[in-house]
Amino acid sequence: MSTHEVAVEGAVHEEHHTSMGLDNVKMAMWAFLGSECLFFGSMISTYLLYRGRTASGPSPHEIYDIPYTSVSSFVLLMSSLTMVLALAAFQRSDDRQGRIWLLATAFLGVTFIGGQIYEFTTFYEEGLALATSPFGSSFFMLTGFHGAHVTVGILMLLSLYGMSAFGRIEGGRSAARPVEMVGLYWHFVDIVWIVIFMIVYLIPE
Amino acid sequence: MATAALTRRGMFARPRATTGWWSWVTTIDHKKIGILYGVTAFVFFLIGGVEALFIRLQLARPDGQVLDAELYNQFFTMHGITMIFMVVMPMGVALMNYFIPLMIGARDVAFPRLNAFSYWVFLFGGIFVYSSFFLGGAPDGGWFGYAPLSRTLPGHGMSYYSLGLQILGIASLAGAVNFIVTILNMRAPGMTFMRMPVFIWMSLVVSFLLLFAMPVLAVALFQLMFDRLFGGNFFNPAVGGDPLLWQHLFWVFGHPEVYILILPAMGIVSEVLPTFSRKPLFGYAAIVFAGVAIGFMGWGVWAHHMFAAGLGPVANTAFALTTMFIAVPTGIKIFNWVGTMWGGSIRLTTAFLFAVGFVAMFIIGGLSGVTHAFVPHDAQQTDTYYIVAHFHYVLFGGAIFGLFGGLYYWWPKVFGRLLGERLGKLHFWLYFIGFNLTFGPMHIVGLQGQPRRIYTYPENMGWDLWNLVMTVGAFVIAVGTLVFIVNAVLSRKRGEEAVADPWDGRTLEWTTPSPPPEYNFSDVPLVTHRDDFWHKKYARTPEGEPVRVFAGAEHADDDEHHHGIHLPSPSYFPALAALGMPFLGYGTVYKILPAMIVGAAILLLGLFGWGLEPSVEE
Repeated sequence: MSTHEVAVEGAVHEEHHTSMGLDNVKMAMWAFLGSECLFFGSMISTYLLYRGRTASGPSPHEIYDIPYTSVSSFVLLMSSLTMVLALAAFQRSDDRQGRIWLLATAFLGVTFIGGQIYEFTTFYEEGLALATSPFGSSFFMLTGFHGAHVTVGILMLLSLYGMSAFGRIEGGRSAARPVEMVGLYWHFVDIVWIVIFMIVYLIPE
Repeated sequence: MATAALTRRGMFARPRATTGWWSWVTTIDHKKIGILYGVTAFVFFLIGGVEALFIRLQLARPDGQVLDAELYNQFFTMHGITMIFMVVMPMGVALMNYFIPLMIGARDVAFPRLNAFSYWVFLFGGIFVYSSFFLGGAPDGGWFGYAPLSRTLPGHGMSYYSLGLQILGIASLAGAVNFIVTILNMRAPGMTFMRMPVFIWMSLVVSFLLLFAMPVLAVALFQLMFDRLFGGNFFNPAVGGDPLLWQHLFWVFGHPEVYILILPAMGIVSEVLPTFSRKPLFGYAAIVFAGVAIGFMGWGVWAHHMFAAGLGPVANTAFALTTMFIAVPTGIKIFNWVGTMWGGSIRLTTAFLFAVGFVAMFIIGGLSGVTHAFVPHDAQQTDTYYIVAHFHYVLFGGAIFGLFGGLYYWWPKVFGRLLGERLGKLHFWLYFIGFNLTFGPMHIVGLQGQPRRIYTYPENMGWDLWNLVMTVGAFVIAVGTLVFIVNAVLSRKRGEEAVADPWDGRTLEWTTPSPPPEYNFSDVPLVTHRDDFWHKKYARTPEGEPVRVFAGAEHADDDEHHHGIHLPSPSYFPALAALGMPFLGYGTVYKILPAMIVGAAILLLGLFGWGLEPSVEE
């Protein structure tokens, strides 16, 4: 199936099959996501080292609002569902519906980011900033970089929407491949959030 | 549908120049990018070398007056950063860029524009770091940037360090992804994994090491950046920040980095030795598996850089053991190289001399490395010149010798003319003698206790003579470098013209003309053996002697074949996107929001233009 996709994408790449049978762009995306695991892994390790080092600032359990973050986590998880629906729509050449689901995914992502901005603001008002303590530094770095990844994902979703709406990618299957790549990234960012949510918010001290 | 996409235009007309400097800015040909990488890395090699000469001048006599302490700190820091991130890594990447596609029978890398992006990010990153010299002082906290010193040093030097290495890391990461996909996916029919040249194998291992090591460094550098610029407390012991965290993150990156630096040279040597011994590589599978084993085991030894930090006996013992173990695969390789030469019909070319020099010097550097595995011994050596001796034996006697071997070996393929052998051998011997004069005595003064990173030393420590010898040696190396430059210039003007296969080689790059055409191969080669080209040139007599087969040996490359070959078109956008990086860097160092916004906008504009233009245009 992947060779068929490459053939359809022949506008960009000459029709040739790859040595491993896996499309080049998809392999590159998997490699990049592998690298990202180490990126988030290093920040999660730092957080685990520093979660108890609160200096004179608030400690994790004093400041986390777990029901609130559960809701925003749920929103982000649902965006993975809409991402799947978007890809499925493009794969059956239903570009119109695919665009709707892309927008829905971006909207859920924006909601999550809005929630994170609100959470950061609240924490700041309650006395936790990047400079407050090693705990504050590691918390804001980890969740902040995750938020930055979601933001990049939103930009990519909106770009896909625009490219589809203006006919830069059309004909169903040719659009499906970039959507699939952005989908891989989006699901990865969601999975990272599940790990962060469990390790940062749910594990008691 | 395909034609519809091909006639579509990007925002601007596509660049079409094939000569002149615009063609170099917009090129996405892996061979041109390889040359750009090589030239840039060589310029940085000269700069880093001049810094080393100043360091040696300062230390030639006791109480040296050439540099003050402040400038000395900047020079040794920049020397390390330059040689590691801007010389050895990109010089390896230059050869990987040029020869991975040629050796696996591909027409280009998997992502030609990403390749160009890597180069421009590397160039701008290097210029960004060096601009700090003119903007109030270069990084001065050592290439390892130990916290908390690195977070408290005044001036902007270490901020340039945190952002500059970040930019260089982006280039490495993009390159790693590109090479992984290229090697895994773009091999010619029949080029199975166990038929790949060892240089390709080592490039693959290096790419995976980069892929997983760079993000760890990225996190450490971001933490340092937050500490320095935005009030972060990652490494502030006063409020519970842990300086050891920096050391762990840095060396989790830093030790795989050591193998990132040395494995390309090991790959080169594994190509050069068989060619000039007229024998197949001894124990191909063992060398490949040893290389892959180093790639895995390299992740389990990082704390041997921290034996003096007080991690406790359990951790120290564990890392001492893994450090001793990792000498095993390296030893396997050395025996295989010796076995390759054993009984071969050896031709003492310059490339061969550098390869043998590599093996010999790397053995010394490797053995002094094993002595570091003994924790009590290491406690004596830490922060002395003994360490400096060790890592120069593996990185100069090792990596640089290997890379120069590769340059002499592949020069005729790249430039169509051979480098002079007489000057080449003079270059080798100057390097060999100068190198040992410079770094050999460091073992002695190191064991006598001369500390590294200290800008001067008093008289009557017993170090005077050796330090003078080292300085003389450094200048012998400098003369050797000048000889190489003269050789390169003379070769350009009146070097012997190279045929397609000047060394009677074994691998696919020698089947193409020198220099290769833009499309590399008019017909994609069909690979049936390891050392495929050799088997196409030679048959075996019943006694096992090779006999030349003339049919099909020289590849007649006529121009009529290549009309149907679609190569990716040049593009402005990779260089444009990369141009955003220094803006982001300066904007962050000086906290100028508009500069950051401009940088992000340039980056986005470049990426969008890149995404919207088709990669091939008629």
